[in-house]
Amino acid sequence: MIEFTFWDILRNLVFATRWTLLLSLAAFAGGAIVGLAILSARISKTRWPRSFASGYIALFQGTPLLMQLFLMFFGLPMLGFRIGSWTAAVCGLTFYASAYLAEIWRSGVEAVPRGQWDAASSLGLHRLLELRLIILPQAFRITRAPTVGFLVQLIKSTALASILGFDELLKTANAINNATFEPFKVYGLVAVIFFALCYPLTQYARFLEKKAAFG
Amino acid sequence: MRYSLDFNWLWDGMGALAYGAGTTLALTVSTSVLGIVLSILGAAARRGPYPWLRKVVGLYVEIMRNTPFLVQLFFIFFGLPSLGIRLDPITAAVLAMTLNMAAYTIEVVGAGLDAIPRGQKEAAQALGLRPRLVFFKIILPQAIAIIFPALTSQIIIMMLESAVVSQISVRELAQEADLLQSRTFRSFETYLVATLIYLSMSAALRRLLFAGKRRFLGAGLA
Repeated sequence: MIEFTFWDILRNLVFATRWTLLLSLAAFAGGAIVGLAILSARISKTRWPRSFASGYIALFQGTPLLMQLFLMFFGLPMLGFRIGSWTAAVCGLTFYASAYLAEIWRSGVEAVPRGQWDAASSLGLHRLLELRLIILPQAFRITRAPTVGFLVQLIKSTALASILGFDELLKTANAINNATFEPFKVYGLVAVIFFALCYPLTQYARFLEKKAAFG
Repeated sequence: MRYSLDFNWLWDGMGALAYGAGTTLALTVSTSVLGIVLSILGAAARRGPYPWLRKVVGLYVEIMRNTPFLVQLFFIFFGLPSLGIRLDPITAAVLAMTLNMAAYTIEVVGAGLDAIPRGQKEAAQALGLRPRLVFFKIILPQAIAIIFPALTSQIIIMMLESAVVSQISVRELAQEADLLQSRTFRSFETYLVATLIYLSMSAALRRLLFAGKRRFLGAGLA
């Protein structure tokens, strides 16, 4: 048994938090890009992209994230890509986030008044350009609160990357726990750190929601 | 690298996967029942006469909603024994899932209770019903009908999150898939089959719950 003071444990955990943050940011950025593609397929006028997008969303919202990550971790090498736990975690969380973000933003697109579409097409714009210039900015504004809410969900989900062996906060905690045998303290601190990351965002989402409710 | 899918192991693995799926369902059902009971109590406490109790429940909801389920599970399973509370994996899993789910459903149930007009309570009291009957016969069924879609989603989310309890070696679906792939060396196929089982379970559960709602709460409400 190695001697770890309370500060040693805390310092190591706080250092590991940067990987949790980086993973969250990468997954959110990736999820936003893929999510936009899924969103535009979901609201397309042609039938097959629409059914593809709804199948995609149903698949990722109807299965456990843990299984999605495992499939990514074991499936990509099968296609000939040799990947580490970082790539697998980023890819898995990206697809997961894209399905949720596409669905959240679609609710925003549907909340944009019909007249906005009509006005946009009367300007003679291409449909994708209508979407980008006129509809999406309004849809994003409407769905700011649930988007921030989902970011909290995503930060919490990065803890699953520890199971793939990626050295984020929880994996580091497991390692420290194996050395110190102080699970109560170690996992308690991990919970405190996650809380410190998520709670401000939760409060911000609540603030946005209130602001939206009062116009 | 050439790789061809091989599902020959599936025939032998069927029993294990079915057992795992059964455990997953049992976890989901017990968690849903316990979680909903707990959240009715929590929602009542949130609206109750004791300020300290309102604060405690509020704090509990915030803590659970802002920390990962996996961390809560590890804290309960690995952390509590150092306080002298030793739980077997299944108990720890049900406890963690129930506590986690309740944090989300307390707000949902509360919103449902708030949505019932005061007049319903007054009308029921005017009929001479006792307060408990007013709550259970008049208020609660209407509230549940209103929040039913949100409750259904929460139950399904909990079923999907339960895959994580494989990490404390509860033998549910994800854990059985884990054990199978370490025997067959067919990780991709095993997890693919397990994922498809989860997908069909969540679709089936949603249908079943909505069919049950129509049967017991009526289609007209909400």
